[in-house]
Amino acid sequence: MSAITRDEVAHLAKLSRLALTDDELGHFATQLDVIIGSVAKVAEIAAEDVPPSSHALPLTNVFRADEVRQSLTPQQALSGAPAVEDDRFRVPRILGEEA
Amino acid sequence: MSLIHKTAAELGALVASGEVSAVEVATAHLDRIEATEPKLHAFLHVDREVTLSQAREVDSRIASGEQLGPLAGVPIAHKDIFATRDMPTTAASKILEGWRPPYDATVTARLRAAGLVILGKTNLDEFAMGSSTENSAYGVTRNPWDLSRIPGGSSGGSSAAVSGYQAPLSTGTDTGGSIRQPAAVTGIVGMKPTYGGSSRYGLIAFASSLDTPGPFARNVHDAALLHEAFSGYDPMDSTSIDAPVPSVVAAAQAGDISGMRVGIVREFAGDGYQPGVIARFNDAVKMLESLGAEIVEVSCPSFDTALPAYYLIAPSECSSNLARFDAMRYGLRVGDDGTHSAEEVMALTRAAGFGPEVKRRIMLGTYALSSGYYDAYYGQAQKVRTLIARDFEAAFGQVDVLISPTTPTTAFPIGERADDPMAMYLADLCTIPSNLAGNAAISIPCGLADEDNLPVGLQIMAPVLGDDRCYRVGAVLEKAFEARWGGPLLKEAPAL
Amino acid sequence: MSVIAFDKALERFEPVLGLETHVELGTASKMFCGCATGFGAEPNTQVCPTCLAFPGSLPVANEAAIEATIRIGLALNCSIAEWCRFARKNYFYPDMPKNYQISQYDEPLCFDGYLDVEVGGQTYRVEIERVHLEEDTGKSTHVGGATGRIHGADYSIVDYNRAGIPLVEIVTKPITGTGAMAPEVARAYGVELREIMRSLGVSDVRMDQGSMRFDVNVSLNEPGAPWGTRTETKNVNSFRSVERSVRGEIERQAFLLTSGEKIIQETRHFHEDTGTTTSGRSKEEAQDYRYFPDPDLVPIAPDPTWVATLRDTLPELPSVKRKRLQSEWSVSDHDMESMYNAGAIDLVEATIAAGAPAADARKWWMGELARRANESGTALADLPITPGDVARVSELVASGSLNDKLARAALEGILAGEGSADEVIAKRGLQIADEGELLAIIDQVLADNTDAAEKVRSGKVAAVGALVGAVMKASRGKADAGRAREIILEKLS
Repeated sequence: MSAITRDEVAHLAKLSRLALTDDELGHFATQLDVIIGSVAKVAEIAAEDVPPSSHALPLTNVFRADEVRQSLTPQQALSGAPAVEDDRFRVPRILGEEA
Repeated sequence: MSLIHKTAAELGALVASGEVSAVEVATAHLDRIEATEPKLHAFLHVDREVTLSQAREVDSRIASGEQLGPLAGVPIAHKDIFATRDMPTTAASKILEGWRPPYDATVTARLRAAGLVILGKTNLDEFAMGSSTENSAYGVTRNPWDLSRIPGGSSGGSSAAVSGYQAPLSTGTDTGGSIRQPAAVTGIVGMKPTYGGSSRYGLIAFASSLDTPGPFARNVHDAALLHEAFSGYDPMDSTSIDAPVPSVVAAAQAGDISGMRVGIVREFAGDGYQPGVIARFNDAVKMLESLGAEIVEVSCPSFDTALPAYYLIAPSECSSNLARFDAMRYGLRVGDDGTHSAEEVMALTRAAGFGPEVKRRIMLGTYALSSGYYDAYYGQAQKVRTLIARDFEAAFGQVDVLISPTTPTTAFPIGERADDPMAMYLADLCTIPSNLAGNAAISIPCGLADEDNLPVGLQIMAPVLGDDRCYRVGAVLEKAFEARWGGPLLKEAPAL
Repeated sequence: MSVIAFDKALERFEPVLGLETHVELGTASKMFCGCATGFGAEPNTQVCPTCLAFPGSLPVANEAAIEATIRIGLALNCSIAEWCRFARKNYFYPDMPKNYQISQYDEPLCFDGYLDVEVGGQTYRVEIERVHLEEDTGKSTHVGGATGRIHGADYSIVDYNRAGIPLVEIVTKPITGTGAMAPEVARAYGVELREIMRSLGVSDVRMDQGSMRFDVNVSLNEPGAPWGTRTETKNVNSFRSVERSVRGEIERQAFLLTSGEKIIQETRHFHEDTGTTTSGRSKEEAQDYRYFPDPDLVPIAPDPTWVATLRDTLPELPSVKRKRLQSEWSVSDHDMESMYNAGAIDLVEATIAAGAPAADARKWWMGELARRANESGTALADLPITPGDVARVSELVASGSLNDKLARAALEGILAGEGSADEVIAKRGLQIADEGELLAIIDQVLADNTDAAEKVRSGKVAAVGALVGAVMKASRGKADAGRAREIILEKLS
């Protein structure tokens, strides 16, 4: 049985905002199936009492003082923007609503 | 001997004494780059004028009596994943083509402060995802030992530049082996410092909990000099360690390892290891013994699951880290013709701007983090991470350092694994555990494999903040090997 | 849209409420970078690589924001996490530069608290599920199309000044048992929360500027039945709207349920103009946010001694303070509630502190000034007058140098920006007539009004009112009416 179906790959592509072609979907489905089948090995490890590590090292409480630092100028901020209007980033019309 | 054949330490001394100028040193290397780039393609961006103006500035700083470090005036090749104000920064991706950051990465700023002269930005696997540099959107880099082979990856441009005498030093980043593996397959030294020992600020993130900047050089001492120049605490990086950098330069000059306990990881052997790699590794073990080290075999059973854990954790983080490349604020924008919504433009741009490996990893990470799969994949991988750290902890309770081959094979031919992700991932088998646990590890050359005459790397792993041990053992071994070989392994890049 | 009258709805159904409140903290710099947070700055002038999510940039947490969140948690009787992490909430949206929001998921900084609110003399305990810290988004302006709304726009332009401002989210547990009082309880909870934020000094809680906003969850069930499907009304931006959105949603859901229809779990939008909600995104197509611990930030493990210090240095909380003041001022529950609803308590308190007697301070704020605030549609606290001004006017009335009418004129002058109490009095010549002037005026008035004078003399004391009125008129309001009455009665006895 395959670990992942083509439909699931299409769903992942949608969640990841990747407009994939049909050919790509098929190709990635085959490859992801192999990869997921292989990495699924981790699920077999008996690790019930093992705490997960989200970080390489156990640092805690790294903060900065509430001090204002120099911002970029609008020119710097917008220098790489694909489109600009009125010192704002111009973007295509937004379909969805804010989450 | 020409300037390009000198070590970084020698060049720094020459510039400091005024015998040669930083401009002369930079010019010699720029000429070498111009001559060899058609063969190597190590660089994505070189701008002679920008480099020479940096060199002129260093010369004037020295002339005005400013006390710069031992690397002032030494040229360096900089991985194109670090933000640079005066050069484009692309991470070898189409999605960032031509992007010029309005800021310097901390590593970049520290290179400049130490008077290093940036020769250009080196090629890499797109967003540092790969082990061969074939995943660059701007063409593959070739191995100076054999132009038909890969220079390793992801920092393949940086390894090729140093191995090909285009630069005495270069920077890299190591997420799963991206410094050590390219160093190994090009016959040079590459160091992954302790995670948090070198700043990630301004380093385009692949996997935040694993990414670690580190140095490449042709010898251990030069690597230590560069390591000291750019590492250390950075308040801009929350995961940076607020502790003094271990004195790695002093360690590289210590010259004695007698009485040190060296562990061999039992799990790093067996199928998939090239015989010539195993033979050179065994030579290194004997050499260490003859130098007075005590060899101990240790077991790290969880290392067997390091690779699958890594290929869940790294893609998970990358799926989120790369979400910012959305065509809204910078970089490529595709499909903005009035007929497409922002959502569609994002998806079209990302489809056009990312290469296949990046897309694979984004989708793999999205999958591993999805509700319903999180516990079995990402959550479980994090537990494996804990187990690996515990294995290291137990091992370092017995020994001072651990050794292994850096990578199971020598440089493989370009194209061989290009569309076989699982085969490609195996290149990181031995290097990944140290990324997951965050400890220090170095790769130094330990000879040529008999079957293909290509370089083999020895990995030396040390505990968290034990970076100095890597340099201490590495330097002593290097000296012994050079005595046996009659000089450095890399006397001259064979294919150039 | 079809609804069922509120009273009828409550006959058949019991509402369950849930409130999520976002409060922008008033820190000087943003949550994860050093950019300033001022409201109304020129577009994209308070941005940096980190809050624009430029490649390679990294977040570093603002300690003052962590501290403020813990203080909010303590004020809401929460437990404080011994160890917790920031998590990434992943979804794509052009307002959100990283396309993930740094938030907290299953490890909030504060949890399991409560807030008691009083409505109509009854106390309702609202249980707090969690208080966590996250970051705000940028702001889009939609260009083209008819409405300026998102739908029908040709394109949008984005300003990221707001992106990364620290945002505290306060989430209640389901609130049950409020019955017909549900809308009032929701409102009272919001008001009390704002009072707490003010007393802690952690936010300016300006609802008009979006620094405090509510998401309102409502479901209905028949008595004894399990809870119904809930809807979430987003971005409700005033207390009145909180109340109306709860009421409206109860009426709408009651209609659907009595018509045999199902409630869809969905996000709804509240429209200030009509007081109704419309359907937004259905939860069926809900995002999979793929939360995971943010590897760029390290865990927070608040030092217990630090938390203890924060607990010990919490200010007196508003409800406690109100009880104390009520007893100090000797006012009724009703008067206290009126002052609370008018936002007058702090003003009255400050006026008393500036020297005015409690009754006078209350009289001015709840009388003349409340009237003027109401007329101009501003909050009492936003009137351009200080408690010090009010205390000074009150003092001048007590000492007899102003009468009520002159005092009102003085307040009017202050509100018009003519200066301090004394400056206005000097400029406008507001001074009560002295005894000599008063006697002369009274003599003149008695001479001009012989009929009225005669009536008073013959025992019709009520007629004195007309004479006093004439005195006030002749003095152009500067006479002391009480004194004038005394003198007139004396002269005509």
